[in-house]
Formats: sequence, structure tokens, C-alpha cells
Amino acid sequence: MQRIGVFVCHCGTNIAATVDVKAVAEELKNEPGVVFTADYQYMCSEAGQNLIQDTIRNERLTGVVVCSCSPRMHEATFRKAAAKAGLNSYMVEVANIREQCSWIHKDKVSGTEKAIILARAAIAKVQLNAPLTPGQTPVTKRALVIGGGIAGIQCALDIADAGYEVDIVEKKSTIGGKMTQIDKTFPTLDCASCILTPKMVEVAQNEKIHIYSYSEVEAVTGFVGNFDVKIRKKARYVDETKCTGCGECTTKCPMKKIPNEFNMGFDNRSAIYIPFAQAVPKVATIDPDHCNMLKNGKCGVCAKICTANAIDYKQQDQIIEEKYGAIVAATGYNHIDVSKYDEFAYNQSKDVVTSLEFERLMNAAGPTGGHLKRPSDGRDPKTIVFVQCVGSREAPPCAKGGKEYCSKICCMYTAKHAILVKDHYPDTNVYVFYIDVRTPGKLFDEFYRRAVEQYGVHYIKGMVGKVAPQGDGTLMVQASDLIANDQLHIKADMVVLAAAIEPDKSARHLATMLTASMDTNDFFTEAHAKLRPVESPTAGVFLAGVAQGPKDIPETVVQAGAAASKVIGLLSKDQLTGNPCVANPDELMCNGCSSCEKVCPYGAITYADKEFRQPDRTVAIRRVAQVNPAVCQGCGACTVACPSGAMDLKGFTNKQIMAEVDAICR
Amino acid sequence: MQEAIIKRAKELLADGTVNRVVGWKAGDFAYDVTPAVFTSAEELDKDFLYNDFCAPNLSKYLIKESRKEGKVLVFLKPCDSYSFNQLLKEHRILRDNVYVIAIPCRGKVDIGTVRDSGIKGITDMECDGETLTIHTLYGDKTMSHADSLGDKCKTCKTKKHAACFDEMIGEEGEPNNDGKRFEMVEKLEAMTSEERFNFWRNELSKCIRCNACRNVCPACSCENCVFDNPASGIQQRAAVTSFEENMFHLIRAFHVAGRCTDCGECTRVCPQNIPLHLLNRKYIKDINEFYGEYQAGENFDERAPLNAYTFTDCEPDVVYKRGGNA
Amino acid sequence: MSVNTEFKPLIVAFCCNWCSYAGADLAGTNRLQYPADVKIIRVPCSCRVNPMFVLRAFQRGADGVILCGCHPGDCHYTSGNYFTRRRMALLFSMLDYMGIEKERTRVEWVSAAEGAKFAKTMNEFVETVTKLGENRRLEDLRCKKQS
Repeated sequence: MQRIGVFVCHCGTNIAATVDVKAVAEELKNEPGVVFTADYQYMCSEAGQNLIQDTIRNERLTGVVVCSCSPRMHEATFRKAAAKAGLNSYMVEVANIREQCSWIHKDKVSGTEKAIILARAAIAKVQLNAPLTPGQTPVTKRALVIGGGIAGIQCALDIADAGYEVDIVEKKSTIGGKMTQIDKTFPTLDCASCILTPKMVEVAQNEKIHIYSYSEVEAVTGFVGNFDVKIRKKARYVDETKCTGCGECTTKCPMKKIPNEFNMGFDNRSAIYIPFAQAVPKVATIDPDHCNMLKNGKCGVCAKICTANAIDYKQQDQIIEEKYGAIVAATGYNHIDVSKYDEFAYNQSKDVVTSLEFERLMNAAGPTGGHLKRPSDGRDPKTIVFVQCVGSREAPPCAKGGKEYCSKICCMYTAKHAILVKDHYPDTNVYVFYIDVRTPGKLFDEFYRRAVEQYGVHYIKGMVGKVAPQGDGTLMVQASDLIANDQLHIKADMVVLAAAIEPDKSARHLATMLTASMDTNDFFTEAHAKLRPVESPTAGVFLAGVAQGPKDIPETVVQAGAAASKVIGLLSKDQLTGNPCVANPDELMCNGCSSCEKVCPYGAITYADKEFRQPDRTVAIRRVAQVNPAVCQGCGACTVACPSGAMDLKGFTNKQIMAEVDAICR
Repeated sequence: MQEAIIKRAKELLADGTVNRVVGWKAGDFAYDVTPAVFTSAEELDKDFLYNDFCAPNLSKYLIKESRKEGKVLVFLKPCDSYSFNQLLKEHRILRDNVYVIAIPCRGKVDIGTVRDSGIKGITDMECDGETLTIHTLYGDKTMSHADSLGDKCKTCKTKKHAACFDEMIGEEGEPNNDGKRFEMVEKLEAMTSEERFNFWRNELSKCIRCNACRNVCPACSCENCVFDNPASGIQQRAAVTSFEENMFHLIRAFHVAGRCTDCGECTRVCPQNIPLHLLNRKYIKDINEFYGEYQAGENFDERAPLNAYTFTDCEPDVVYKRGGNA
Repeated sequence: MSVNTEFKPLIVAFCCNWCSYAGADLAGTNRLQYPADVKIIRVPCSCRVNPMFVLRAFQRGADGVILCGCHPGDCHYTSGNYFTRRRMALLFSMLDYMGIEKERTRVEWVSAAEGAKFAKTMNEFVETVTKLGENRRLEDLRCKKQS
């Protein structure tokens, strides 16, 4: 039997004016388990807290009920006070007789009556309370950043700057991501490489940062503060420690007709390659699908000419196991495949390109040395049509692989392309077909207006219906002008498609490993759309960049920094103190049916096979749920999903809530 | 059919693929068929039955059987295959320890339906093709096989098995989309609230809490039922009040909502002939209407409707908005 | 004893800690009146509310049960109220199907900023349930005081 003390607060006249506090204290004396009742002017005052503490000691209380303001206001105060007097904090309950009673009722009789009922519910709950202790888990002071684009780079730099070790896992042979392929950046038109490559070098030189390039995350186990991660370091057949990045091998390699991914296939690379001059790490990689030596055992040219002896045809994939306290998912994006959009003739004409391809055609380090030429015949394009929202903002069912969402960056980069074209080749006709032009952002609208007003880019509200390659090598663009209510036929030399962006395909598998949730578009879900935008609901997993949703470079950098600060906050702790009100499965009741796991937003529930002695003395092995208290946030979704009632929530148990119901309905 | 099944069972026993067979044998009466485990060819020859009375759903027995030594052979009718799959999905059956043979079903004779037709003093029944002969204390009566089926079989959801079997004997059937399955639920929905209340009070007041529905139900296969769990706060043995009768069936239906495959065993075994499947079918109908067609046990990867959500789900006030009678 | 024989309903309100309970507090802070018949039980999330609790309340004589949670999309635990929405839609539909007046059950999304909505919701709900009168169809008759 509990020994419960009840303390009724006057809160000046806030409560006492509509609740007869003395009558409440008197009436509650008769409740089972109650050994002491008192009323006091201000329970939250030091004197009030002292009263609680003294009574706990003198009356050997095992439970405390404070009838006062909302628990959201002073529950923590009273719990702390009780703890100081040696009573477990979770043996304290608050009956809200101010916000939910005295302040909303005018009649003192019904106010008093309700206050008594609310107190009875709290007493009934305390009867069933059990002391709870928050769990403590140590934190591994090392972070993992998955993805080495601008999001991952910024995030790693910020974390390292705070003094913590960071590893970047990048699946490509160099870090840098999409930004390396971009020519100029809006709205300032500074060159992407000029601002990115110094950061890449900074990453390479930072002692706290380790780059696992050409590597992928293989498995993740553990939980916040204590992740165990397996990283597959794919064989690149070049010893990274020996390769100097001189590039001699790439010029001597006889296999030279391989489409160069970095330049979107507009030129070729060799089987042993360094993606681009500023790659980090600047180490050659052999493409096993095209290397004659690896395929047929015949060649070996690169090994012969490599003065550093870095070539190793026998290299194997390596599995690296590492522990981390926090993980950042910065897996980035790709453009959707636009080849299903037959109307735009992407497959029929080389002169229909995506925006990213256009970036390479404009880039001074690109296949054309920065001179814009038609990919088909190398002529200068005189008329260029840009098509916006290719696959973005589509109405379901999105059968061609389009997306319902706005890809966010296309309006701005198209304005950038238009300006760059007009700037370099002022006599070019540039048309942009759009649904809406969206330019929220600092200096964004000014930038767009510059394209229209200063550079004379033809912005036409309307959709392109068809792009038809003509016999003379031009492209007939049929489109509607919704404002002029007119059908247009434009003879273009090039068409540029602003393809929708989508999360990298690897993100889905990664999310499964991290037990991080994703939305229907495979963007990582944030823990709270407004208040926790860089955290995944899975504790210890943070989000940066387009992996969480479409965003441009400045926003990505902001988010990466924010994610880094969250990581630093986590790693700065030696111990994580959990919330003790967590789900608590009863193994004997559990069916192992996985219902609870399905509704857990945090991936806190796992299953284990355990042996049970049966009533007939045989031993049965059953699958039972196990909750990781460090991960569980205590929402209770699992308790209702569980058909057998095996799952309960500490601090809000089935019995406690039912006792409250009973007390109220008595 | 029975011969083919026994022959195959013997083969699988003989070649060591399995060491026992879960099937059916006659109970006290020929129509009162009961599940049984067979371990030898002799037993199979002697007792194994597959006829128009073999209604029991064998899937639930595999929870225990699949955990025993060696592999077990089971025969699953279309209905049972969905239950089997649902149990697999919930990790209750160890698939590797079970050899599944799918067998066809043309609907099972329901003793309740026969009795309801006014036939009394039944001593035995036999079904010969389309005609059911009923031996009674008052002489033989006949009835067509189609007329003798229970509500569940008359409104059969499908004669096509869920994809879970290792092999099949006989022909695969087709799903039934005649829409009759929810006729009775719709009839109830069309009543006034008062009439519905009276209907269910009348039915549920017959409940003797024998727990037959719970014990037979493949979805109700908890290691320990909430109603037996002191920590659940609703522990009860026998319903003492009308409320507890309601409570038991309401909670039971809720716990199997989205997991119930509509095998109809609850109604079949109810000694008081309470049409319990009408509760489950209400949930199935609502789930179909609210969240899209869902057949428990059909798809192995699909999430159960109550363990899933979409951002655009209907609000609970759909219940008031859809109108109907107060 | 009060001579007032007017029917006063007993309403149990389950409120999630993060939105609706805070909304109820705000209603109090703004002194927005609603009948004392409403008694609030705090739960971490609306998804903690087991149908058993709802039935238990009716069993013990509640005349109406209302669940309040964060608006869909705003759940503190990201997805809890989405599960609540499905569970309660199905449960209420079933109660209605069994002839329990559907107006006795309700789910309402109330944010921490919607003190006014909380008070309005409670006033409306109390009014609706008062009109329905005593809950006779789903209760344990032993629990009622003999009058």
C-alpha cells in the first residue's frame, strides 16, 4: 500500500477563488492510501516545496499528489523537490485544478467537486506508480556522414571544427557530389568549383575528418550514441596510399572509349580514371567493367607505367567496422530519367538535353571547353528553348516517373542558364516555358527579373506540348502561351529540360538500415516538420541536403550546419539520459507478431528468439519484442497496436490510465 | 479428391519429406469433422477425411505444429491459405517446417443451416455430389448442397488460394466478386441505431463466454489473451453483465481488425449460433471503404491497415458524416 | 443533495500532452468557460488511447468520450495521430454498428494554440451528449448509483 500525501495549492486566489481548497484537502483524507493532506498558498514557492519535502520525510510518503496548476507548468518543479527528499521523481503526480478547473468554472460548488474528482484520478494513478529511473547510455564521440556532396562536406567540416572525429562515406571515387558538375551558381554567378574545391581540400587536410571514398554503408546496428556501422570499401584496384594522382595511367590506358559520367557522357574517359582534376582524394580508380586486365587478364599497361607502384589488380573489397555516436544522412539527389517523356524527344535528338547536361556544355572545364555547341553537329545554337517542371508538380498517377512535388531549384537554375547564354552569346533567342516562376530567396527574384528585363529572355507561361526533330536538324517546339492564349511553333536549335530531382536510389536502403522513416517520395522524414527539421525521428540520425527534401546550395549548407550543431550537441555529452517513460514489453505475453514494430516511428523495437518453459515443462523458443529504452520516446503507439496487451508504457500504464478513468467515472 | 490427397500424403511420409500430417477425421458424428494429426500411412487410410464436412481451418494448429521436430504436411483450403499467410506474416508459423498442399473447396455443409431449415433429430448426413442426404430420427430428408452451406460459404470471398503453397491438388478456383459478402452487414447498417442495438443485444446476450470463437480464430492466437492478463486492466473470465458481453466481442473484433481473413470459423463454432463474423465483416467493409480494398493474408509485404496510415485518411467523423440512421 | 434534477453528463476527455492538453491549459489561461462535466486525462499521445480505455469509460458510466490530439502532420511523435485516426474511425464505426449512439464518441484535433477551439469543442460536445441523455446502451449497470 502506498503512503500518499496530497497537497492542494491555493495559487493565491487563482485556485482558491473557485475551488474550496480546504474542503478538497479534507475530502481527500478519506481516499485509500492517503495519509496526509494539506493546503498551502503557493506550493511552487520554496516554502511550499519545503512542505512537500518535510512531509515526505516525516510521513514516510511513497507517493505525492499536488493539486495545482498544469503539470506542464510545475510537474518538473515538484518532481525535483521530491527527489531532493529522497522520493523517486516519478512517484509525483499533478492534478491540474487551475487551468482545467478553477480558471474555467465560475461556480464554486461544481469547481470544488471537479477538483476533488481530478485529485482522485491523480491519487488512483499514484497508487499504481512505480519508481522509474532514466537509463544512461554512453556516447561514442565520432560522427558518420553518409554522402560527400556539399551537404556532407559542410556538415563534416563543422563537426570537425568542434573537435570531433568525422568519417565521410562517399560511394563515388571523389567527394564533391553534384556541385562539382555545376558551372555557375545562382544568384551570384560565381563558379561552383571555385567555392567548392577549396572546401574539398579543407576536408582532405582536416585531421579530424576521414574520407571513405568509393565506399558504401553496408550495415547499421545499434542506436543513438552507439551505432555500429559496417562500411564496404570497394576495390578501386589502386593503392590509395601510393597513388600520387599524377594521371599518367589515365593517358596511357588503351581503353579510352568509355562514356565519361562526369561530363554526362559528352566525352570519353579511360578505364582507369580520375573523374576530374580537383578530385578528392585525387586517386585513380579502375573501372572493372571496362579494364582489359581485370576482364581478360591482358594489358597491365597502367601497372607498368605507374612509378608509384600503386596499381593492384588483386585488390578486394574491404569491410571496415566503426562505431559512431551520430549519423548524418546526406545522400543527395539525381535527376529523374526523362526518356519516358516522349513528347520532348529526349531519346530522338541529341540536342534535347537535361539541365545538368547543359551545365557541362557551358562549363569551361567541360567537354566543349565552355563553348556552347549543339551536341549533334557542334554548331552554335541560335534559338534555345528551356522547358520547366519536366516531371515536377505532376498530377498523380505520375506514370512517367514524375513527381507531385516542386523540385524547387529549377526556376532559379534555368534563369541562370538563360542569363549565361545571353551573356556569352547575346544574339541567341532564349525561351523559357513555365507553369509558375518561383523565386523566393534572397536576391532570387531580382535575378529572375534581370533575365527578363536586362537580358530579354522570353518567359512564356505555358506548356510545351511536343518537340519534333526536323529534317534540317532543328527542333520544332509546339507550345501554348497561356497568357496570350496562343499556340506557338518555335524552331529551336536546342531544348533544355528542367528535369525533376529525386532522392538518390540508395537512400531507401539506407533508411531501412537506419530505421529512419521516409515519405512516399523517398525523402527522409524529419522528426518534426517545423521544430526538428534536421533530425530524423530515429534518435541519433540527422538529415542534411536534398535527402530530406528539394533545396538549393545555400539552404543545403544551412541545413548541413544545423545538422552539425545537433550532432555536436549530442557528441558533447558523455552520457545520454533517457526518458524513463518508455514502452515495456511483457515477454510472456508477446506473440512476436511485429505489429508494434510497424507503428514505432523510432525503430526502437527489435525481436529476439528466447526460450520459454512451457506449462508442460517443455522448452519453446519464441520470438519476442524488445524495446531499446535509449531510442523509445514513449508515444505509446505500440501499446495499442499490440493485440495481446504485452506492450505497456511505463508511467502511463494501461492500469494507471484505467484507474484514472475509474476514478473519474466513480 | 480424398484418395488423391491420401495418396500424396503417404508419398510425402514415405520419402521422409514430412513426418506427420495435419488433416481431418470424423468426430462423433460424420458431419462433425475434427482436425487431427496423422503419423503413418495406416492412420491416413483408416481415418483421413476430405469431404463436404471438412470445414475446420487447419492453419492455426501450425503455430504449435511447426515448432515441433520435423516437417509437417498440411492441407489448406482457399480460406485457410489466407489465415496461414497472415500467421506467417506475423511470424507465428515457421514456414520451413511446413509442407503446404493447396486443395480446392466448393463450400462446406453447415449443420446450423441444415437445422435452421427445420430439420430436427439429425443422426447422420452424407453428401453425394449435389444432394445432401440427412438421416434423422424421423426418416431421411434431402437438401441441395448449395442450400446447406453456411453464410460464410454462400458468400464465399474466393476459391483461389493465397500464394503460400508448395503444391496443389485439384484445380485452382476463382475469386468471387458478386458483392454478396457484405449483404448482411449492409442490412444492419440500414437499420436504426435502436434496431441495431436490439439486434446485437439479442445476439450477444446468448454468449456464454465459452471462448470457442477465440480458441478457433487463427487471428486470435495470442500466447496470452488480454482478457486473461491481470495487467491489462480488463481481465475477465465469464461475462457477468451485458457490458462485458459487448466488451469482449468488441475488443476481440478490434484486435483482429485488419488481420481477420474472414474465414468464418468464429461463427461456425459458436454453440449459441451468434453471427460473430458480422462484426469482423463490418471491420473489413469499413477498411475497404476507408483505406482501400484489403484482404488480410493475401499480400505478404503489405502493411495491415491498422499498422499503416496515409496523410489523407478520412477523419473519424466520417462515421457521423456518412449519415445513416440515428 | 442538489435539488437540480437536470441531467449532467459525464464526459471523459483524453488529451495528448503536447498539443491538446496544452490547448486545454490555454483555454484555462484565457478563462474560456466550458462545463465542469468534462474531465481530462493526460496521455503522451492520442495514439496511447486504447479502445479499451474508451469502453472502460462507458462501462463505468461515462456519457461521452472524446479524444483530442495534435492536428494530423503535427504529432510530436510524427505519426501517432495518424494511427489514432484510423483506430478511432474504425472503433466508432463499430460502436455505431452495434447501436451505441455515435454522437457519444468524438475525435478532435486541437493544437496548443487553440484554446478557443478546445473550449468550443467541449461546449458543443457536452451539449450534444446532454441532448442524448444518459448512456444506457453501453454501461455496466452495477456501476450506477441506484436512484
